Amino acid sequence: MAQPPPDPHFVLRGTSAAVHALRFSCGGEEPAVPILFSGSENGFIHVWNLKTHRVDAALDGHGRKSVYWLETMDGKDRLLSQGRDQRICLWDLAEGRTSVTDSVFTENVGFCRSSLLKVAQGRWLMAMAGKALEEVQVLELPSKTSVCTLKPEMGAKLGMPMCLKLWQGSCGSQPLLLAGYEDGSVLLWNLSTGKVLSQLVCHQEPVMSLDFDSEKAKGISGSSEKVLSIWSLNEQQNLQVQKTHRLVNAGISDITIRPDKKILATAGWDHRIRIFGWKKLKPLAVLDYHTATVHSVSFSDHKSPSDRLLAAGAKDHRISIWSIYTQT
Amino acid sequence: AVEMRISCPSRSLPHALSERGFFCCFFHYFCVVLYHFVHSRPGSAERQDALLGRIVCLPDLVGNSLLGRSPAVFFPQHYFPLLGGAVLQVLHNVSTSLRGGLDCSVSFVSHILGKVCIHGRQKEILSVLVPHLTDLTKSDCIWQRICWWLVECVPDRWMEAVVLGFVQRAPGADVLSRLLGNLVVKNKKAQFVVTQKMLLLQYGYTTAVLQNLLGYLSLDGPRRALLIKVLQELLETWGSSSAVKHSPVEQQQYISKAILICLSHLKEPEIESCRQELLTSMMEGVKCHLESSLPQIRRLGMIVAESISSKINTDGPVLKFQVKVIVKFLSDQAAQSHIQPGLECLQGWGIHNLLGQPVPVLPLWANSCLYFVDSDDDLIPYDMSEDKELKKTKAPVYIRDCIEILTGSEDLDKWEEAVKALESLVRKNPAAAREVSVELAKILLHLEEKTCLEGFAELRQKAQVAVLTTDPIPVAQYLTSQFYSLNYSLRQRMDILDVLVLAAQELSCAKGRGKTKHSGAQNPRIQLLPESGSSKDWRRIVDERIKSKTRRLYFSFGQGQSQVEQPSRPNEFNSLAGHFFFPLIQNFDRPLSTFDLLGEDHFVLGRLVHTLAVLMYLAVNTMAVTAMGKALLEFVWALRFHTDSYVRQGLLSCVSSILLSVPAEHLLQDVTEELLETRSWLEDVAEKDPDGDCRRLALQNLLLMENLKKKLETAPS
Repeated sequence: MAQPPPDPHFVLRGTSAAVHALRFSCGGEEPAVPILFSGSENGFIHVWNLKTHRVDAALDGHGRKSVYWLETMDGKDRLLSQGRDQRICLWDLAEGRTSVTDSVFTENVGFCRSSLLKVAQGRWLMAMAGKALEEVQVLELPSKTSVCTLKPEMGAKLGMPMCLKLWQGSCGSQPLLLAGYEDGSVLLWNLSTGKVLSQLVCHQEPVMSLDFDSEKAKGISGSSEKVLSIWSLNEQQNLQVQKTHRLVNAGISDITIRPDKKILATAGWDHRIRIFGWKKLKPLAVLDYHTATVHSVSFSDHKSPSDRLLAAGAKDHRISIWSIYTQT
Repeated sequence: AVEMRISCPSRSLPHALSERGFFCCFFHYFCVVLYHFVHSRPGSAERQDALLGRIVCLPDLVGNSLLGRSPAVFFPQHYFPLLGGAVLQVLHNVSTSLRGGLDCSVSFVSHILGKVCIHGRQKEILSVLVPHLTDLTKSDCIWQRICWWLVECVPDRWMEAVVLGFVQRAPGADVLSRLLGNLVVKNKKAQFVVTQKMLLLQYGYTTAVLQNLLGYLSLDGPRRALLIKVLQELLETWGSSSAVKHSPVEQQQYISKAILICLSHLKEPEIESCRQELLTSMMEGVKCHLESSLPQIRRLGMIVAESISSKINTDGPVLKFQVKVIVKFLSDQAAQSHIQPGLECLQGWGIHNLLGQPVPVLPLWANSCLYFVDSDDDLIPYDMSEDKELKKTKAPVYIRDCIEILTGSEDLDKWEEAVKALESLVRKNPAAAREVSVELAKILLHLEEKTCLEGFAELRQKAQVAVLTTDPIPVAQYLTSQFYSLNYSLRQRMDILDVLVLAAQELSCAKGRGKTKHSGAQNPRIQLLPESGSSKDWRRIVDERIKSKTRRLYFSFGQGQSQVEQPSRPNEFNSLAGHFFFPLIQNFDRPLSTFDLLGEDHFVLGRLVHTLAVLMYLAVNTMAVTAMGKALLEFVWALRFHTDSYVRQGLLSCVSSILLSVPAEHLLQDVTEELLETRSWLEDVAEKDPDGDCRRLALQNLLLMENLKKKLETAPS
């Protein structure tokens, strides 16, 4: 008889709104405190102290509009946040400051989370949904210069981009962008030529989230239907479906592969978090704690594997923190 | 001189000769004799016949004169291959002569071949001849010619045996075509054997033989005309309602196979020429197959009709049955695409046996997976059994709520929840359920599937059973009266029967074995998919019980004990059996405008008969059992010559139930005459019925009767 699934390690309450974005920052040396950022529907970004489980600070920078993407740039002192006010803000949080130092006006009205990739010391690329319907823009940070604008061919009918993932193979190779679209297809873009390298229709419904493992050249995507799709990128830069996994209930809002590539977590519309082994997509656990749609899942970047945590933010205003499969 | 020596070989040959010596010796004799006839004018027919008889019957003659101590070379399994070798030798000789421009005749050799075959030694002689001739005729037209002669010169009276032998032993249709040539066109007898006897009159040959035969017909111009004729005749048989009703399932399967093979050989222009006829016979055939009450016959009809339809409608709409099992049939075949297109369904018969139960086939890759190191294995999964579909609405808590939702609500989610919850609600609150039992029964009987709810039929049935067992008398009265009333679909009427059986089963044994098992796996479930034919389940139960019973009777007889071990437990069905049984048996011969049991609704009649058999069995140890048995015997008597084998099977099950349930003394006192009548009918069925299951059941019944008789004889009077 298999063991019953574990309870949450602890639960963070008090955002007073649905939680849409989560981001750990736990990689710092002692005595730095491990931190979790959470972005809520009411526009606040909460900075959670994971030692005390209390809010250290609440940042208000998106005009009370929902914050749906958070990313740190080199540690916990610089934070990027994207909100429904069509802005991406860069926060300076060093030494107790809480000020927005820079911002980008995206002019995009969708829900597509952006993606950030560090290409060199002090140089980042950020992909975000652009102003036009089907367009993706890539900027260089911190200079904010536009690297390229990726537009599908005329008449491709892909719909809006729904999720983005910038990645880079082994050191020095070209950064590439994977983008999931409203019509259920995933496209691989070459940033330097601005051309599509490969297109794969892996869902019937919009692709809600995807993640990619650049070591194994294998990715996973979830949509509003009952299917998880696992696809791989071959030597000729072609995307191919490897297998699909059928879920009990429809709708996946977020997928994250743990940084050690052992397991992955999905956030389900059915209030449940699902854990799978990444190698063969073996179902491992179904974590049933939330009472409403789970919007976001994120793994911590703790240095020691046994400290690694999983956080899930849901519409029920709660953030559940789990400690699962930490011994492997 | 040759003849003289052949006529008394045992005396003229020294016993000292070794086996090998015998062998060579005979081989030469034969060669000389045969050679003689190849090159000379035929002598008198009588002498030739006498010699023929001697040669072919030599093993018997030797065996007789040596009183069974004949040398091994005269054993048929050695002798006839030897003879075959000699025939080959001579044919070689003929071939050289022909090449040298000499005239020869193979007629005597043909006679030998024919006579050996008619003596039943096809296997021995052809096992030598066929492989060699196959090789020799491969590229040599003189050898082909010799071979054709050889078979053409076989006298008509022996032709059948020779042709059968060749068709069964040729490794393929092309070889058969080389060996026989256009024999079927030239020889009437051969034509009859190939196009009629082997296809329409006999049905024991393997699929490979069928493929040989029909492939042979398809391989040459004049023969193709025969192929089309054969197809038409096959279709005629396939589409004849009398054949569907009266011929055994195995034969129908054989004919269907032949049709599919024929279809796969037909070419576009040929189809064009007979499209209309094909269409007509297909429509007729489909109709009478779908009318059958045996699921395997219906399935056969659908497979064949689909194949015909896809063959004749290359551009138009194609007949497609939305039946799961067909899809399964075909999907099993997807992996074996190398087989002939027309045969893909046939191969399915290997995987699914006739009853349609899939035989588990372990896919090849399953093995390899076992050895594959699963790298996720170090991650031990947690229990995921709670991961179920998310429900949007809450299940109703009161029976009256359910009634309200099922009768009036437009909310489909609520409706689904109500259907799912009803059974457990009824079981949990019997008192509340009794207040509204008949109303509930009515609602459930008329309940139709509004959404694609998985397992809807089963849920509804379970709820119906729950209602019936909670408040048996009024609900049984309601259901049995509805069975014979107007304006119900066949489905609803059969539902009523199923529910009565399941409830009777539950009532008769639930209490004795513990209360918890009311709807658990221990009760045989009736599946409602049309192809699974729930009656099979019932019959299986009855059969199993009969078997166990039979053994027990034997046992107790052997022990010298006279008492039958009847199951002794409180039977709740006791006071209710009559309420279930009599209303059902009353009105079967009263046709209504929408429902005619004795006419075209014979499928429901079959189900009714099976239901009565089960009710009868379950009524064991009840007060009403003797009266029930008597009524049922009369019912059986009235229907005993029914044309539908499904109905007859049910009737035979009824007889078994009666024999098992009614106490032996009562049987003999009250229904002696009926029993005797039944017995003679059973004997008749056991001998003559075309349906194998019927014969088996009748035998079983006779055995039961026999046991009963023995038991009464030994019982102290």
